[in-house]
Amino acid sequence: MKLKSKINTLAVAAGLGLMALSTPATAGADDNTLNIALGLENYNMDSYFTTHRIGIIMTRHIWDSLLYRDPVDFSYKPALATSFEWIDDTTIEFKLREGVTFHNGEPFDADDVVYTFNFISNPDNEILNQRNVQWIAGAEKVDQWTVRVLLKAPFPPAIDFIAGPLPIYPNEYYAKVGPEGMNLNPVGTGPYRVVSVEQGQKVVMEANENYWAGSPKGQPSIKTLVWRTIPDANTQIAELMSGGVDWMWKADPDQAQMLSAVPDIQVVGGETMRIGFLQFDAAGVSGDTPITNLLVRRAISHAISRQDIVKNLLPEGSQVVNPACYPTQVGCTTDVPTYDYNIDKAKQLMTEAGYPDGFDLELFYYRDTNLAEVMANDLGKIGINVTLNLQKPGVLRDMSIAGKTALIFWTWGSYSVNDASGSTGVYFGNGIERDLARDQQVNDWLEIGNTTIDLATREDAYKKALTRISDQAYWLSLWSYSYNYAFAKSLNFTPAADEIPRFFTASWK
Amino acid sequence: MLIYTLKRLALAMLVAFTVSIIAFSLVRLSGDVATAIAGEAATQADIDAVRDKYGLDRPLPVQYFEWFGNIVKGDLGKSLYFQTPAKDVILDRLPTTLWLGFFALCFAVIVAIPLGIIAALRPNTWIDRASLSVAVLGQAMPTFWFALLLMLLFGVKLRWLPISGNETWAHFVIPSIALGYYAMPAIMRLTRAGMLDVLSSDYVRTAKAKGLDTRVVLFKHALRNALIPVVSLTAVQLGFMLGGSVIIESIFTMHGVGHLALLSVQRADFPVVQGIVLILAVIYILMTLIADLLNGWLDPRIRLG
Repeated sequence: MKLKSKINTLAVAAGLGLMALSTPATAGADDNTLNIALGLENYNMDSYFTTHRIGIIMTRHIWDSLLYRDPVDFSYKPALATSFEWIDDTTIEFKLREGVTFHNGEPFDADDVVYTFNFISNPDNEILNQRNVQWIAGAEKVDQWTVRVLLKAPFPPAIDFIAGPLPIYPNEYYAKVGPEGMNLNPVGTGPYRVVSVEQGQKVVMEANENYWAGSPKGQPSIKTLVWRTIPDANTQIAELMSGGVDWMWKADPDQAQMLSAVPDIQVVGGETMRIGFLQFDAAGVSGDTPITNLLVRRAISHAISRQDIVKNLLPEGSQVVNPACYPTQVGCTTDVPTYDYNIDKAKQLMTEAGYPDGFDLELFYYRDTNLAEVMANDLGKIGINVTLNLQKPGVLRDMSIAGKTALIFWTWGSYSVNDASGSTGVYFGNGIERDLARDQQVNDWLEIGNTTIDLATREDAYKKALTRISDQAYWLSLWSYSYNYAFAKSLNFTPAADEIPRFFTASWK
Repeated sequence: MLIYTLKRLALAMLVAFTVSIIAFSLVRLSGDVATAIAGEAATQADIDAVRDKYGLDRPLPVQYFEWFGNIVKGDLGKSLYFQTPAKDVILDRLPTTLWLGFFALCFAVIVAIPLGIIAALRPNTWIDRASLSVAVLGQAMPTFWFALLLMLLFGVKLRWLPISGNETWAHFVIPSIALGYYAMPAIMRLTRAGMLDVLSSDYVRTAKAKGLDTRVVLFKHALRNALIPVVSLTAVQLGFMLGGSVIIESIFTMHGVGHLALLSVQRADFPVVQGIVLILAVIYILMTLIADLLNGWLDPRIRLG
């Protein structure tokens, strides 16, 4: 497989050489069709029964939510709701927009919102991503244009979820066709309506000509979107070069460098909320390993050449991250203890910890072998003899819970939730199986942060928790992930930090 | 002939049954399926729920016989990934793979048989050596490498043909050539060897001595006999092509069962993986059975042996 990949890259390099002699196509602009290449297929078009990134992306094009989170400043803008107000810690009231219709002509009003929230919060309906909905108690209609969303308990990021992965469904249509019908023929109020779905192959969408005026998403400029599934990255590149597709993302840095040399193709790096980090088993869940020693954890933190890795191995836009969260997230602070790359200091800490000659250690990881290899090499410089252990994510998660891992290299995208609880809430906290720190003080602070509505109180609690997490080196944040977007030069397109490309704001030059 | 046919049929069913056990076991032995299905963000409770939902906590033989019982009824189970019947998912993609295999085989036969004949007619000349070189190259060059070269030349550089997908006949041209080129050398060499053998036989010499036209001798007398083993081999090659389609379909993003098999393994979608292995195996067994029966019919000595 490795050889195949190398040969593929070689072949693509040869192709790029050939391409320099030929004329690139701009097929998409001519018929106002944007051909999008994606590595994955959306296995279910019903937004509530898919968890893949591609499903999340398509959802934003087909449906609207009550609110819209601005991709640049993360502010919440009116969408299907014109305003909202916290009535108390567990009740939010929304005033709804009048005059909006779904793609099938069904008018939008409070009944749709109440139906959607009651459907997704009912455990019997088995919504796939329970984290998105498990905080919702239900919804009540006040009048035709007013609804109240009820929370089970105070949940500060509620607004972020409402502005994100909770689209509003047409109650009459959904009651009739159910999730299976919605999968086959999705109907929303969004800027694009679905024309055809060929499972595993492609999805075709057309601009919604009756899209409601005043949407923060704007009126779509490109008439047709063709989403094609092309799993092989080299095939995507070949298609992009030959004009078969107009847009792709996640090109490797070396591929991106080659692509940027092709006339009429531009490559743009875009940072995302996904961060890489080392999770230390500080609590000794996996036994009494050297990792339970604070000085060892600090030594490791000083030994990883994060800046060099970001500069040399990650796409443009990636940066070193220090706190256990993504900096834009509400409650996230970058004012935490940091660990600069300092081998001498790391060696000294190892000696102080009683390991002047180092020790053997397994580094578990589930992706980015090249990055894991560099980190293993870094640790070798302070005497830690690292064995790499690649596992599937589900298996690795299991192993960490079962106490079989002292050090794990993870990445986490926070489900694109712009709230510190999106990251800390998964790896720290009372009763959280994946918490390998088990620090009661950290957990108490996070509890306050996770359940208090008052922003100042939350920020204070998160700052304390994040400071202690860094100081005690329970987790070492490494870097943010950036993706390379490669697309036709004739296309106006801007990447967003929440890993959601917005084609409704794209246009042809 | 009836006893021979029944014997072959029984053997084929036994092979199919064995394949079903292997297909079932291999998927289960490849790790904890429940963990793989539940995914990265799952809790232990989620995994237990998956185990309970799909009956993965029961003994393997119990799971197998329930699965086999459903297969007999034509039910391959539900795809864990698509949440639709696995049979529908597979049958939706099967035509693409069969067409790809068929076109590839056509390409292989159309190129290999004339090359084999020409090489046999001019043994040890430059034509013979050139034909053999083409054959050696076909077997030596990795299929995916040849596929990428064709893609870059005809898709990226010349832009004559589409690179990925399977919507029109044009989408099948490059993948079929890439896949067929691998099967071509064996057919070509067998044709050449068969022709050389037949051309030196007594009846051809007699036919020539009778003053028959060279073309009649070649095509009516020699080729018909030389091609009998080629027909058997071709049937077997189709089976190999169904397997080889995994790589070709992946490179060219053709939505056939080969590509589906690869993705389903990654997704731990075991009803689909088991279904594909079983269906492809049955097709292969059927092809072999037909070839066996044809040979038995053509040559009575085989029936006795």
